[in-house]
Amino acid sequence: MPLLELNGVEASYGPLTALHGVSLAVEEGQAVSILGANGAGKTTALRAVSGTVRRGGEILFDGKRIDHSSPESIARLGIAHVPEGRGIYAELSVQENVLLGGVVRRDRKAVKRDIERALDYFPRIRERLKQQAGTLSGGEQQMLALARALVSGPRLLLLDEPSLGLAPTAVTEFFRVVRTLNQEEGMTVLVVEQNAKIALASTHFTYVLEVGRVALHGPSEELREHEGVRASYLGY
Amino acid sequence: MTGRAVRGGTLLAALALAAFLPAGISHFHSFQFAFVGIYFIAIVGLNVVTGYSGQISLGHGAFMAIGAYTTAILSHDHGVSVYWTIPIAGIVAGLIGFAFGFPALRLSGVYLALATFGLAIAIVLIAKNYAFTGGGGGKSLTLPSSPISGLSTNVWLYYLVWGTALLMLLLAWLLLRGSLGRSFRMVRDAPIAAVSYGVSLARYKTIAFGIAAAYAGVAGALLAISIAYVNPDTFPISLSILLLTGAVLGGLGSLTGMVFGALFIEFVPLYAEKINNQAPTVIYGFILLAVLFAMPYGAAGLLHQLGGRVRQLRPKATKDPRSE
Amino acid sequence: MANFIQHVVAGLSNGGIYATLALALVLIHRATGTVNFAQGEMGMFLTYVAWSLIYSAGITYWLAFTITLVIACLDGAAVHQVVIRPFERRPELTIVMVTIALLLILNGAAGWIWSPQEKFFESPFPLDVITVGGVVMNAQDLGVIGVSLACVLVVFLFFRFTRAGLMMRASAVGPATSKLLGIRVALMLSAGWGLAAMLSAVSGMMAAPVLVLTPNFMLIVLTYSFAAAVLGGIDSPWGAVAGAYLIGVGISLLSAYVHSVGPELQLPVALAVLVLVLLVRPAGLFGRVVARRV
Repeated sequence: MPLLELNGVEASYGPLTALHGVSLAVEEGQAVSILGANGAGKTTALRAVSGTVRRGGEILFDGKRIDHSSPESIARLGIAHVPEGRGIYAELSVQENVLLGGVVRRDRKAVKRDIERALDYFPRIRERLKQQAGTLSGGEQQMLALARALVSGPRLLLLDEPSLGLAPTAVTEFFRVVRTLNQEEGMTVLVVEQNAKIALASTHFTYVLEVGRVALHGPSEELREHEGVRASYLGY
Repeated sequence: MTGRAVRGGTLLAALALAAFLPAGISHFHSFQFAFVGIYFIAIVGLNVVTGYSGQISLGHGAFMAIGAYTTAILSHDHGVSVYWTIPIAGIVAGLIGFAFGFPALRLSGVYLALATFGLAIAIVLIAKNYAFTGGGGGKSLTLPSSPISGLSTNVWLYYLVWGTALLMLLLAWLLLRGSLGRSFRMVRDAPIAAVSYGVSLARYKTIAFGIAAAYAGVAGALLAISIAYVNPDTFPISLSILLLTGAVLGGLGSLTGMVFGALFIEFVPLYAEKINNQAPTVIYGFILLAVLFAMPYGAAGLLHQLGGRVRQLRPKATKDPRSE
Repeated sequence: MANFIQHVVAGLSNGGIYATLALALVLIHRATGTVNFAQGEMGMFLTYVAWSLIYSAGITYWLAFTITLVIACLDGAAVHQVVIRPFERRPELTIVMVTIALLLILNGAAGWIWSPQEKFFESPFPLDVITVGGVVMNAQDLGVIGVSLACVLVVFLFFRFTRAGLMMRASAVGPATSKLLGIRVALMLSAGWGLAAMLSAVSGMMAAPVLVLTPNFMLIVLTYSFAAAVLGGIDSPWGAVAGAYLIGVGISLLSAYVHSVGPELQLPVALAVLVLVLLVRPAGLFGRVVARRV
């Protein structure tokens, strides 16, 4: 049984339909990417999972329906959504941002442990704990967002275009951590990306969305060699 | 074409009704309808600042007070004919409004609400504490007698008020349909675009506020003439809130809707007071809440909807200028 | 000199009353992004509740005080859920109007239930004076200063050091992100309204013995608190509190040493300060712009 399963999911913003029956599955321990052009519905797919867009169809997490749950309840089930634009609390300190990741968890010991673990991944965040989060660079903010997500002790990480607006070195560093999390800790990851190259290199399986539908899917390794993908998303 | 004809016909019928109303009702009722006219003038002005430029003023009663005191002082202390004091009251209140709105309007709408709220509370205290206003005792005027023989004072007041009201309505209509009105609507609905077209937000908001204050000043002058007396307690903060409620109820952004608002301000308390003398306030509150929730366009909007002309509805009147 | 200190103490006492209400205004502004014009009336209504507990139910003052705070918290949360939330996605000015409607309802209802006649509301503090080194101080003033400072301190400690406080701040500044972290945002905002209602109840109960209890008695306190919040910065809790004490002391000294400013003209002076601040420093004395790098 996959950890996350979408069956014929539709989603809309007011009169605008963004997803027309998307089906996909993410196995436990897998890293999966969703590729697509602007407006293909990538972000909407993640938002459908975390409940932040009006959606229909069937969404199963760990075998249970979550397509009628509120974002808060879904987050509490162990789905950590790092939104597009990172969702940093600019006015709060870096430390408070980190703490907020685990603020609703009952097991305070586990939170402490997860904070240490997250900060071990991102020593630069540890150095800046007292700073106001809004003063961090874009790359640091993305790290902070991921650190905060880890503090929530997630079973599934949803990452929305983490490479957007980052310097190439920051992108590489970020995905190095994502790969480590996935390969060494067995963290399940679903990442939406426009940067197809790094997404295909970091994940096991990939879905390609076109105007709200799954146009193509397969193991990331195979898609790297796929002509259409090469032409449209890799540019060679 | 037909729409225009219907509207013209309605307007003519309304004018005829207004002209002959005193013949069909008692003199006391004429006096009440004179008050409807006073409130009408005040909220037509309020509508310019709130409905057309998207700002909230909670100090409209304060500008009525300024107008009323202008009239009282000029006529009581300087022997100026009360009729001449009406335009002067409007100009004085307008200038003070312009000066007051200048600092508050450079910021978001809520600061104007705050500052005007403070003004409405302060004006009562100022009036009570300076000799030129007559202090807490207020000032008396001489009730004008009708220049037309056979017309009672109440009926004469009715015609005086509604004559002025008509003039003020015409003036508002002329102002708002031209380029000034276009700028106001732009400031309200598309502030960013307005700036890029070179429209100064603060300037137009301040102009709108000044116009509104002038209308309140005229209404205040007529109020002072009608009751031949002013004192600080004639203009409590609740008057300002009531005017705002009336304007919202009538339908912000619609000049004719203000008639409903004015009728509401004058007559709802008379009936509500029969339940309890505190009942009107509570009822206003609930009605305001209901109007905000269910019909953001007020009575005028409801009439439009009933007439199946929804598409003519104006854009959201209380749109936050910063939400764009 | 002794006289001067006496006036300062009296000013701090009034400032404390404004500070608790101004803090409530700032909390709501941060949580809901609107100015709550009904904040003073919520305090007024709750003060009447306390009055009923003391004079009709015969409960002792501090027990009534505590019960009133519990009622205040529930009341504030209920107002948020029932009256404010239905307007959540509406423009700011619509929500401002909603709070004005609430002001009318509470004001009328208080007069309806308790009659608009003036009522005596006891002070929990003795009528004694305390003399320290030639300075005569009112026990009443010192008590009010103590209560207001305690409130302000508790609120700051709560927001700074508790998880609930952190969640409330997060919900106010980033509701969308907070939901993704599993925080029940609507509940947190309701808690903020509850806390603000508690502060306004304290403000009302401290002001009532000084001003006599009528349905309108908090309108003037509200105006001072508005001035304080604008002076300090409407988004800055520290600023609003500092602004409130500044206004309290400033007005007290002004009416003591400038004879043309009688007690009745204090409010117009405060208003003039408000307008002046708007003109010179719109963000308030302590308001700051959040550093942001994108």
